[in-house]
Amino acid sequence: MPPLDATISMPDAIVSVQGLSKTYKTGFQALKRVDLEIRRGEIFALLGPNGAGKTTLISIVCGIVNGSEGTVIVDGHDIVRDYRAARGLIGLVPQELSTDAFESVWATVKFSRGLFGKAPDPAYLEKILRELSLWEKKDSKIMTLSGGMKRRVLIAKALAHEPRVLFLDEPTAGVDVELRHDMWQMVHRLRESGVTIILTTHYIEEAEQMADRIGVINRGELVLVEDKHTLMRKLGKKQLSLQLQTPLESVPEGLGEWPLELSDDGSCLTYTFDAQGERTGIAELLRKLNALGIDFKDLHSSESSLEDIFVSLVRSRA
Amino acid sequence: MNLYAIRAIYRFEMARTFRTLMQSIASPVLSTSLYFVVFGAAIGSRMGEVGGVSYGAFIIPGLIMLSLLNESISNASFGIYMPKWAGTIYELLSAPVSYVEVVLGYVGAAATKSVILGLLILVTARLFVAYEIQHPFWMVAFLLLTAVTFSLFGFIIGLWADDFQKLQVVPLMVITPLTFLGGSFYSISMLPPVWQKITLFNPVVYLVNGFRWSFYGTADVNVVVSAAATVGFLLVCLGIVWWIFRTGWKLKS
Repeated sequence: MPPLDATISMPDAIVSVQGLSKTYKTGFQALKRVDLEIRRGEIFALLGPNGAGKTTLISIVCGIVNGSEGTVIVDGHDIVRDYRAARGLIGLVPQELSTDAFESVWATVKFSRGLFGKAPDPAYLEKILRELSLWEKKDSKIMTLSGGMKRRVLIAKALAHEPRVLFLDEPTAGVDVELRHDMWQMVHRLRESGVTIILTTHYIEEAEQMADRIGVINRGELVLVEDKHTLMRKLGKKQLSLQLQTPLESVPEGLGEWPLELSDDGSCLTYTFDAQGERTGIAELLRKLNALGIDFKDLHSSESSLEDIFVSLVRSRA
Repeated sequence: MNLYAIRAIYRFEMARTFRTLMQSIASPVLSTSLYFVVFGAAIGSRMGEVGGVSYGAFIIPGLIMLSLLNESISNASFGIYMPKWAGTIYELLSAPVSYVEVVLGYVGAAATKSVILGLLILVTARLFVAYEIQHPFWMVAFLLLTAVTFSLFGFIIGLWADDFQKLQVVPLMVITPLTFLGGSFYSISMLPPVWQKITLFNPVVYLVNGFRWSFYGTADVNVVVSAAATVGFLLVCLGIVWWIFRTGWKLKS
């Protein structure tokens, strides 16, 4: 299956990846002809297991790794031919906590802004540091900060030159709950100010809560790109579980028209249905159960999460 | 030209120097002073004149060159090796900077440090011996040219090195022997004829002699050849750096 919207070129794509492949010197093919368009102003989550190619993709767009084939255009600028304009628009928060240990927070953020060719603007840098709760620590050496604080420093560095596109490579890996929530809020604030955000994550709940669209990458291939809600609707399944008063030995014949599963101990009937379906058949099933004299003491319905969808997608292609 | 980037890198590197002031500036000045005490004052007082000047004065240009070469290489190689080692190189690679700007920032800062150091040694030497500088313009020119060239060479070593040992091996195993055998402490006319010929293959001989000529107006080799050889090496280093950034060798996979 090709990526769902690979062939549709969106007029307002801020990042456009076409036919991007990457084969490392070792022969490992990290990306296989990836086509991807990121819309201006959206939050895009790139999901995938370890080694799927998420970081390679980001690294090529940002200029850290050379692509083997294909093109990447950032807001109309080719990342190779017109690298200055392209890179000037991009901010990157890397996965690793790589910092200048001996520098102060203020010095490192100031350095980042200069490196990206922007005139000094202490007021803007102060605003960023305050938003990230780093202002009190501005004169501290980075080595004295906690892991979470270092992560904030990396975000501040990435924002120092006022990028229009922000890449967050596993921003909340190893980060405590409070900081994670702070970060989510910050991401939403940035989006409101017009920044396009592309994040990779292992935490599917994060993608579920934050992203507008989701891309799934596995073994270097973009398996799917879809609006989050559409994806959940399309691939989402609902389950109805019934805890029976009296265990059954097998599913009664009269219930043959529903795909029912009986638990091993016979005490629970599970009905899986398409959440999209016009008619779920629940009411009818319950009437039938009543008619057959099967009583239940509890019922419970659940919806598959993005995580279930993700796992089944990746598994089906493994 | 991304001038803000050049300034950012340059300031970052200079801040590193001042943060490690003892290591960057004080210790080379101290070790050079020790050379003066031993070779200039203690041993030199028992030696005659070399090339028309006292032995103590004779070794000043060579001692400055010795420090200049070592410091240029170690400053520049360390400057670019550290981001590679710490992983912060990602920022440099993802920034809208060309290799020219990166080199101007890093090499400029390393050369600045070396020149400051060279001048400090010159001032320190005054405490031990009297000397004159016949061609101050050329003295400064040689100082700058050597500092820039060898900072560029150090920058290449820093890009090439993938561990701390490699970072040290060239300064220790190549530059220091070449400098000691390059006429820093003697005139090559003092050597047996065969060694005089062999010595001419040592590039440091030309650096030391060109620099010494700017002080005392005498040299073992042609000064024009000295300057040309240094400029030639500078161009070779520039070519290598250009190639490294173009291909991403050791920088980008």
